[in-house]
Amino acid sequence: MSTGRPWSTYFLPRDLHPGAWWLWAIGIATAASRTTNPWLLMSMLAVVCYVVVARRTDAPWAMSFRLYLYLGALIVVMRCVFRVIFGGGEGATILFTLPEIPLPAWAAGIRLFGAVSAESLLGGFYDGLRLATMVVCLGAANALANPKRLLASLPPALYEVGTAVVVALSVFPQLAESTLRVNRARRLRGNTAKGKRALKTIIIPVLEDALDRSLQLAASMDSRGYGRAGDATRGARLSTGTLMVSGLVGLCVGIYGTLDGTTPRYLAGPMLAIGVGLALAGFGLAGRRVTRTRYRPDRWRPAEILTAASGPFVAAAMLVSTAADPAALSPSLTTLAWPLLAWTPLAVVLVGLLPACLTPRPEPPYAGFDDESSGVEANVDEPTGDASADGSPNPARSRAFALTGRSR
Amino acid sequence: MIRLEDVSFWYDGQSRPTLDRVNLSIDEGELAVLVGRTGAGKSTLLGTLNGLVPHFTGGHLEGKVFVAGTTTQERPPREFAHLIGVVGQDPLAGFVTDTVEEELAYGMEQLGLRPDVMRRRVEETLDLLGIAELRRRPLRTLSGGQQQRVAIGSVLTTHPQVLVLDEPTSALDPTAAEDVLATLSRLVHDLGTAVVIAEHRMERVIPFADTLIYVDSDGRVHSDTPERLLRTVPIAPPIVELGRLAQWEPLPLSVRDARRQAGPLREQLELVQPPPRRSVSADEPLLHAENVVVRYGPKVAVRGVDLELRPGQVLAMMGRNGSGKSSLLWAIQGSGPRQAGAVEVDGKDPHELSSADARRLVGLVPQTASDLLYLETVDAECRAGDAESKTDVGTCRRLLDSLAPGVEGAQHPRDLSEGQRLSLVLAVQLAAAPPVLLLDEPTRGLDYTAKTAFADVVRRLADEGRSVVVATHDVEFVATVADRALVMAEGDIVSDGSTYDVLGGSPAFAPQVAKVLGGDWLTVREVADALV
Repeated sequence: MSTGRPWSTYFLPRDLHPGAWWLWAIGIATAASRTTNPWLLMSMLAVVCYVVVARRTDAPWAMSFRLYLYLGALIVVMRCVFRVIFGGGEGATILFTLPEIPLPAWAAGIRLFGAVSAESLLGGFYDGLRLATMVVCLGAANALANPKRLLASLPPALYEVGTAVVVALSVFPQLAESTLRVNRARRLRGNTAKGKRALKTIIIPVLEDALDRSLQLAASMDSRGYGRAGDATRGARLSTGTLMVSGLVGLCVGIYGTLDGTTPRYLAGPMLAIGVGLALAGFGLAGRRVTRTRYRPDRWRPAEILTAASGPFVAAAMLVSTAADPAALSPSLTTLAWPLLAWTPLAVVLVGLLPACLTPRPEPPYAGFDDESSGVEANVDEPTGDASADGSPNPARSRAFALTGRSR
Repeated sequence: MIRLEDVSFWYDGQSRPTLDRVNLSIDEGELAVLVGRTGAGKSTLLGTLNGLVPHFTGGHLEGKVFVAGTTTQERPPREFAHLIGVVGQDPLAGFVTDTVEEELAYGMEQLGLRPDVMRRRVEETLDLLGIAELRRRPLRTLSGGQQQRVAIGSVLTTHPQVLVLDEPTSALDPTAAEDVLATLSRLVHDLGTAVVIAEHRMERVIPFADTLIYVDSDGRVHSDTPERLLRTVPIAPPIVELGRLAQWEPLPLSVRDARRQAGPLREQLELVQPPPRRSVSADEPLLHAENVVVRYGPKVAVRGVDLELRPGQVLAMMGRNGSGKSSLLWAIQGSGPRQAGAVEVDGKDPHELSSADARRLVGLVPQTASDLLYLETVDAECRAGDAESKTDVGTCRRLLDSLAPGVEGAQHPRDLSEGQRLSLVLAVQLAAAPPVLLLDEPTRGLDYTAKTAFADVVRRLADEGRSVVVATHDVEFVATVADRALVMAEGDIVSDGSTYDVLGGSPAFAPQVAKVLGGDWLTVREVADALV
């Protein structure tokens, strides 16, 4: 396909396929799920953060990455706090002892406060760090991949679902906007009622507005050809449905098997493969009757393949080294010692860093030079609905057209 | 291209047809303008062209609509997407995707065009409409005029043979409206696309029109060249009214045509007294605002504005979209944000009062007036209005009857016409008897007749001693109603003075009559009065 492109175009700024970023992030998250070694987890965190900083845009979803970091920190702290509250006494090294709250006999097995050991605190920390790393990985995928583009690159069979989700997502800012507007209008009527009565005065105009808009949107989509010639026989629908559902079930079981090391191995790899196969067959079947095409689809080029491959590589290598050297990945909690950092897993984790330097930079969000300011302006001005700052780009030109319009 | 044969249409449960035995044909490269009173069935007629009526709206259609030889009965609207492009009233509500480029491609994706064809057409359309620099912008951040052009572009990419637009310029300021109309006339001339536009403010589109289609209140449709049809049609732009008054032959449709015939009339008018200027009142101001500042984050919407509102005066506030008009109105009323400055009405600052007390001093009718209505019947709204204003029961209803006689109390506010709904909101606000009344874009969606009636209402409110402020893009409305006009730009007041000084001398804001006869004459009524 595009492998024949000269390398000079490789680094030209462009947005990577969102799927590539997700594969990369899921790979690292999977790797994180297999280890509790804090050094490895922290190096994974560093890798993920570095790639996000190097390759994210200014888009709103990219700015949410910080929230995932906060969430991660919260997870770690909560894990440790829980260990303190619900009896962290296992282990030899008692750090401090809190007064224990005696519980009735039926609550045996639960202990509130009491002795807190370094081992159990450390266990909480390792556990929390592992979960936090996985959460941050998901946050990274969210920050790097445009969610709307991701929906747009769904297979054709899922197009309708994708459109529905996109439309539903755009409803929320609209609802918020009209709620604000109606609430302000309410004050103009001197209506400061609270409670149930107030709810009515807000909800009715807002819902009317939302209903109007969705009817207009539906009319617009209909007249622009949405859902054209989508005729499939009953049998075809049934077989696609069956394939899809069983494929998804297979996928779920397979993923569970892969993530949980204690399940029988035949539930992991083989089940995953069967699920993927069935789902792909279903997609293919459903996609064949779709006559729609896609404008500027995100393509899989070398940079995407490299990114997408680096994540699963980290995961696979980590799985292999679990088998080879379990101790390096899960440091012992029975004898207190500094966890060791083995070179092999660290090198494996560093592979995840490749996308930071071997992918093109993202394209700046706005192609224009001076139009950003007018966009900001349009956003904030005019408190009532019709928010706009008109930047008619070239009045002189349009006047000229107006003159050619008619000369009777 | 499109042929309507004996088309009649009834909405469900209606005994009278909305459209009655319509025969119409629209040919290639024709620009047809559809006019009629509000609620006369213009939108319904537009909807029948691609089958949205009745496939989408319901109702009963008789007769046949042929589009390129196929009737709309046989196929749903989506099967006509490659033939007819439809742009609705509110472009933002019709957008499916969220950036300009994707929106332009959406229709083509549905038609299943090849990716290279799509790419080429998107680039061509971006250039054709002059929006290439907006390609990656989110649609919500665009201005009204830009959104309208993107909406037009998004249906143009499928290369339709007919473009159907429902009031494309009603929400735009004069310059943005001109841009959109220029784009349309270019399509007609360069691409041979047939265009059908429904429009209330005819003065802007009539010069471009090949055909005028008039929907009368009985649902009958008349279609002819604009020159012939405008002789008899009851709604007409000022320039045509002037032509009718002066009995010009042929009837002028553009300012240019009128100026060439206006010589004798101008000489005649030089002999008579120019219209009496409404005296700028010297009474004590009702409202006194000083150094008002409104900011939204880093963006300054109102930049230290001083304003005095005197009793008996109508002030028109103009300026392009986003120049700070609405922000200023809300800040004066007290409900909107105000970062600095002082407002004083009757010795009090409305910003510091409760909202119930503030509206006794300053009443505001916002842009989307229907936001204020939430009850099921007109009577219930009126009773709620009385209770909110703590006035005698029946005050609001009495006000409504004086503003718009004959509104049935049992009707749902949504079923009222635009003009009646505006009157209802106005009555609710007037029940609190505020000495200062602010109206934000009140004439949107009003036809000429409703606008004249509304102008009389505004005049009367001012003559009763109130001070009225109208923020609007509609220069013809300003010319009929305002004593004083001010123009805002970037949060500053850039000109302020009597309507004659502000409108008469400005190329952008001069009403049609002033463009023909000079700045002393703003409306046809003044000319008619002077000639008697």
